[in-house]
Amino acid sequence: MPGTAQNNKTAKMNNNRIAIDIRPATVADSAAIVALDAEITGTDKSAYWTDILERFTDSAMRIQRHFLVASSANGDLVGFVVGEIRAWEFGSPPCGWVLALSVSPQHRELGIGSLLLDALSVELKSAGIATIRTMVLSTDKVNLSFFRGEGLSAGPYIELEKRLD
Amino acid sequence: MKLQKASRYALYAVLHLASAPDRQHSTAEIAQEYGISIHHLAKVMRTLVRSGLIESVRGVGGGYRFAGNVRRTTLWDVIHEFESLESDIDTPDEVAGTAGIVISGLDSVNSEIDGLIRSTLDSITLKTLLRYGVENLERRV
Repeated sequence: MPGTAQNNKTAKMNNNRIAIDIRPATVADSAAIVALDAEITGTDKSAYWTDILERFTDSAMRIQRHFLVASSANGDLVGFVVGEIRAWEFGSPPCGWVLALSVSPQHRELGIGSLLLDALSVELKSAGIATIRTMVLSTDKVNLSFFRGEGLSAGPYIELEKRLD
Repeated sequence: MKLQKASRYALYAVLHLASAPDRQHSTAEIAQEYGISIHHLAKVMRTLVRSGLIESVRGVGGGYRFAGNVRRTTLWDVIHEFESLESDIDTPDEVAGTAGIVISGLDSVNSEIDGLIRSTLDSITLKTLLRYGVENLERRV
């Protein structure tokens, strides 16, 4: 069912299995999401994430926008993924954009990122989307390797930019 | 992009060993499998041992085995042991006027291409490459 993430996924940790719950984010997750992002990026983006959460948890947009969080058995938020269906931007037919995917540094290498991307892919596929797309800094080896490991590869579009100074 | 022979041989060897990390293979076995010079491959294997990507195993049935992490080691990690892959259009250093503009423009394009090649090779792990191979073969069937 679109907009309803599968729950009770299980991630692997040191050959033991830990329970990971993947569910749609709520506004109540805001502080934990801001804190996790700040831990990873070193930048506090409270206003940005509050705005994203408000827009992506709007029930009227549940088919197009998905903000899923992964939490451990004790309820700690250990990761999140944000995705959106966009159509005809840059001339592209409808596709699913992975706008953000983060996993707590203390919970890496457990497959949580894969679970989050899988859960998002299920949502997007159920909405009729056949392709997912994302953008990664060309020097960001960790994230590039992750997405390639998940089956993504260079697509038909090339990002171009220009400094305006 | 054209890889030097040593880089290609290194990729063959490392990927072959990484496909079954618990097994060991001799230089002769790998050379025969890929139809390449055993003499040249032996030199490449010595460089790979020094880099820590593979290790030699002594004794009966000895040979080499993969010593890295298939989920972390990238194609670039292997290639850069042998070459820098920077484009070289062999242009003069001291030029001025129109020649300077032309050379500067070509350098700019080369730099962009080098960046793309580097980021591509440095983001494909051995595990991902091996999966690409399986998927390509399955598509052909």
